[in-house]
Amino acid sequence: MKINDSHLKELENEAIYVIRETAAQFEKKVILFSGGKDSIVLVHLARKAFWPAKMPFSLLHIDTGHNFQETLDFRDNLASKFGIELIIRYVQDSIDKGRVKEEQGINASRNRAQSVTLLDALEELGIDAAIGGGRRDEEKARAKERFFSHRNEFGQWDPRNQRPELWYIFNGKKNQGEHFRVFPISNWTELDVWLYILKENIELPSIYFSHRRKIFFRNGVYLAWAPFMKLKPEEEVFEADVRCRTVGDITCTGLVISKASTVKEILEEVAITRVTERGGRYDDKRSEAAMEDRKKEGYF
Amino acid sequence: MHNNQPGFKNLIRFTTAGSVDDGKSTLIGRLLYDTKSIFEDQFQHISESSKRLGRQEIDLSLLTDGLRAEREQGITIDVAYRYFATPSRKFIIADTPGHTQYTRNMVTGASTADLAVILVDARTGVLEQTLRHTFIASLLDIRYIIFCINKMDLVNYSESAFNSVKTSLTEIAKKLSAENVYFIPISAKYGDNVVHPSENMPWFKGQTLIQLLENIEIPVNKNPNERFRLPVQTVIRPHSDDFHDFRGYAGRISGGVVKTGDEIIILPYRLRSKIKSINIFNNSLTEAYDGDSVTITLEDDIDIGRGNLICSADDIPRDSSELTATICWFNEVNLQTGRKYILRNHTNETLCIVKSVNYILDINTLKRNYSENNVRMNDIAEVVIKASQTIFYDPYRKNNVTGSFILIDEFTNETVAAGMIERDY
Repeated sequence: MKINDSHLKELENEAIYVIRETAAQFEKKVILFSGGKDSIVLVHLARKAFWPAKMPFSLLHIDTGHNFQETLDFRDNLASKFGIELIIRYVQDSIDKGRVKEEQGINASRNRAQSVTLLDALEELGIDAAIGGGRRDEEKARAKERFFSHRNEFGQWDPRNQRPELWYIFNGKKNQGEHFRVFPISNWTELDVWLYILKENIELPSIYFSHRRKIFFRNGVYLAWAPFMKLKPEEEVFEADVRCRTVGDITCTGLVISKASTVKEILEEVAITRVTERGGRYDDKRSEAAMEDRKKEGYF
Repeated sequence: MHNNQPGFKNLIRFTTAGSVDDGKSTLIGRLLYDTKSIFEDQFQHISESSKRLGRQEIDLSLLTDGLRAEREQGITIDVAYRYFATPSRKFIIADTPGHTQYTRNMVTGASTADLAVILVDARTGVLEQTLRHTFIASLLDIRYIIFCINKMDLVNYSESAFNSVKTSLTEIAKKLSAENVYFIPISAKYGDNVVHPSENMPWFKGQTLIQLLENIEIPVNKNPNERFRLPVQTVIRPHSDDFHDFRGYAGRISGGVVKTGDEIIILPYRLRSKIKSINIFNNSLTEAYDGDSVTITLEDDIDIGRGNLICSADDIPRDSSELTATICWFNEVNLQTGRKYILRNHTNETLCIVKSVNYILDINTLKRNYSENNVRMNDIAEVVIKASQTIFYDPYRKNNVTGSFILIDEFTNETVAAGMIERDY
């Protein structure tokens, strides 16, 4: 299989430009680190942008308590290997403090609760720019997202009140208490991210590659089984060779049956795949405008 | 000199402007569908929506509708970005609404585009909006325009219908000095000449839209004679043992080529030095090109910061604190002459006032109104700006980066206008 990757250089140039603008225009900046491939690519780009100096960002991870252990280990290694400060805030703490009520029932997920923990963390740490790995190809509400996305003092996104972005002049001016989400890889697609990982030889958590795991099938999606997950009577846990296409909270990360054990093999699958990446994301399936609603609430 | 230049772009950014009924969303849906850029779950989703809306066929335009408010009103109100790729190229579509009240959105979408696809209804031919869309593309300096004469199925795929529309479009293009203009008869609804050649129009010997997009040669350097410009974004000082004295200037090259040893001038200080090193990450390069995000070091120790401009020493930008510029007004609150705004050009920021309004342009007729000086949202006007410091710039047509700026309201922080310096048309 031959895929042309000559456009990657322009995407990289653009992303590095956006990352440097973020460093220059804001006071306290973090990279929102999920352990997923997009945030790992962001860390790689940020290292490139400021070499030979260290990046002027810390990593902020919102831990739902329902993460894949492989992701957490990878996160800790990455931070210590490159000497980047790692800040972790826990959804469990928000639940204990009564800041958020945990969802109950079969489809219970802490995915939505993350937004509360995230906004509290941004306020507590005085962060005015949070860099995320969101891409416009992921979901239709994201197709109109800006590189510099303004959030009001409640952390909310107002799709009708976004600043126009002309040429590459970004306006990061804001009032006290407001912040920006910055999306340097807005213009990348899933395929671009994989091509870039291959080209730059970027290391990923093992769960992105084929491995044997206990899984079950729900509403058209394979989900990883974990002790805290409630099963419906007809649902059956079985073992299969799977890999993750996106990495998030265990409760909503869809798995694909796959034997792909290298980035090259994954690329071959991605290039011919017929379902969107977020098609396996249970959280997007809740309603027609699920992503739009969560973004307004302050989601990633 | 051209031997050292990079070749043609493999990532093509194009803009589409269209009004509700001209089939723009259908065309984009068709491009995504026929290049197999639509996934099963998306397809299933629009199939269900089409049924729910009582459409007889699957409505491809549903693929590109975005936010809930838009779905409810059935209109596109913002710029949405779409992606598709063919085996040889990647494409980014800036999809914008086409009515006069969305001029600002069209201007935004056009600002980063290499090419414009403009839809014309074969039944009605050239309308006011056709002129408007072509004008905006040309104003923002888009050098490649593809006119898709759509709904050919409704004029019996008639060659003479196509030719008569083409004749009037050629006149418009000439009037606007558009350089590279193409015409394709299509039916977005049925796919004729979008990806596959049309069996209904054997008389058309040209390329289909996708063939043209795949083969069109757009140089990486917009202007072959453009010289080196580097707006400094940030200064890189590692303070580490290995790089104790390293002082790098990070930015994105905005025009021209730079080589180690090149003589440069630093603005606004007008100090001269030479390029000592060019880095992209830990790769040391001997030269870098337009669009590259680099870190450079200089032979001399000079105090340079964000907002400074490093330029080729033998082609220095113009300088003035008074600028003539064509602006598009973005804000609901009208322009106030004499009031202070923040002006940001490349990475530099200063205060300014708009001294006077020369004229407001009627973008539907291209007539200049010299007596009106109330600049409202979506207006395009030529103004005179007085800045609190000297601005170093190139005319917009010579360099889109050093020739453009935005105005920011210092109280609301909103971006209220976008401007092009000395944009003659």
